[in-house]
Amino acid sequence: MSFEPRIVGFLCNWCSYTGADLAGTSRIQYPPNVRVIRVNCSARIDPSFVVKALAIGADGVLLCGCHPGDCHYSTGNYKALRRYRLLSSMLGGLGIERDRVRLEWVSASEGQRFAEVVTDMTERLRPLGPSRVLSTLKTDRLER
Amino acid sequence: MAKKKLQIALYWGAACGGCDVAVLDTDEFILDVAAAADIRFWPIAVDGKYADVERMADGELDLTLYHGAVRNSENEHVAKLLRRKSKTLVAFGSCAHLGGIPGLANLASKEEIFGRVYLRNPSLELGNETIPQPRTDIAAGQLELPAFYRRVYRLQDVVEVDYFVPGCPPAPAQIKAVLLAVVTGNLPPRGAVVGASERAQCDDCPRVKSEKKVRQFFRPYELKQDPYRCLMEQGILCAGPATRAGCGVRCPNTGVGCRGCYGPLPDVVDQGAKWLSAVASIIDSNDPQEIDAILARVADMVGTAYRFGMPASLLQRSMAK
Repeated sequence: MSFEPRIVGFLCNWCSYTGADLAGTSRIQYPPNVRVIRVNCSARIDPSFVVKALAIGADGVLLCGCHPGDCHYSTGNYKALRRYRLLSSMLGGLGIERDRVRLEWVSASEGQRFAEVVTDMTERLRPLGPSRVLSTLKTDRLER
Repeated sequence: MAKKKLQIALYWGAACGGCDVAVLDTDEFILDVAAAADIRFWPIAVDGKYADVERMADGELDLTLYHGAVRNSENEHVAKLLRRKSKTLVAFGSCAHLGGIPGLANLASKEEIFGRVYLRNPSLELGNETIPQPRTDIAAGQLELPAFYRRVYRLQDVVEVDYFVPGCPPAPAQIKAVLLAVVTGNLPPRGAVVGASERAQCDDCPRVKSEKKVRQFFRPYELKQDPYRCLMEQGILCAGPATRAGCGVRCPNTGVGCRGCYGPLPDVVDQGAKWLSAVASIIDSNDPQEIDAILARVADMVGTAYRFGMPASLLQRSMAK
């Protein structure tokens, strides 16, 4: 059986969650690998959420917010963008593949785009294999 | 009958000795401590052997201040020994509390560290590269060295810890407070961080804070500072927003950003992630390339964000193979 990545998705309430909802109501098919968590704004996604998801076994983390200029709170998605750029480079420095954490803009009308993002991310994670984070931390506890 | 003297021990694991010096920095107070207590074991200041500690009854020591992280088997062995012999064990200073500066070694593997130190070090004599082994057989018998672990651990990763005193090093006023708390028996709930505030550095920092918008980061020497304005607003990285107060804002008061040695605020698990959130959100740009260019001015973001707490972070180490 091929490896099925587990993706945690943090979706903003106003655009991306509604977009994902539209993908569902429109019966668009996409891989069931993403577990969605609704947040009020992409700026609510604290970098510690992403790090925690990786530390407890996520193979990938998907962050979705409104397109630039469209944030319900006017600038929240820009803050998310800045945090993501910094977080992504830090995770790279910690030996975690860049493809594992991804920021995408999905509007409320883009059900199709949400399905494509999830499909693409799942396919990119597959060749990377399971994340080494959890297994490494477990080994560290048992063996010095 | 005279009151029994307090039995105390101090020990250093993977540490620089700065915490021991900080204890002495309490000036004449240390004489009061010496009068009120028997210092039973303190490698940096008092003669003593591990065998002396082994001979003690379990729980014979009232208080042990353990400085330093756990880097090798000797650190762990003594941590376990002192845990058994002590009623109260305190993780004293950033290294014991969070992993500290030695914890930055978790960004490299054991193989990389040994390679750098014992094989590819420019000062090595060629052809004489030797990697130390935990056990070596010689004619007279077997020699032993402490085993170097694959990563650095906090004290609480190897033994149960009663209290944590943060700081690199802890401020003398707090050391006094901790010792007095033990003497008077006026101790907080077990597991508490003692001698620090529950709020962030910014709360204690006297600098004027207004809107933060940064287009360029500077090192302190690259800039003529405004001594009254928030350092972050001037583009100098300061870990204050993600760090516990209690040290008296020592670094920002001298024009250097907070290093983060007092550790994360209560209920925060990952200090570095919280800090990067604060740093990223003040960048004055909405363009991905420009944001990257602004961030590129920071030499070592991982090391800066987790300067004192890599082993305490959620990821704890580099995941690079």
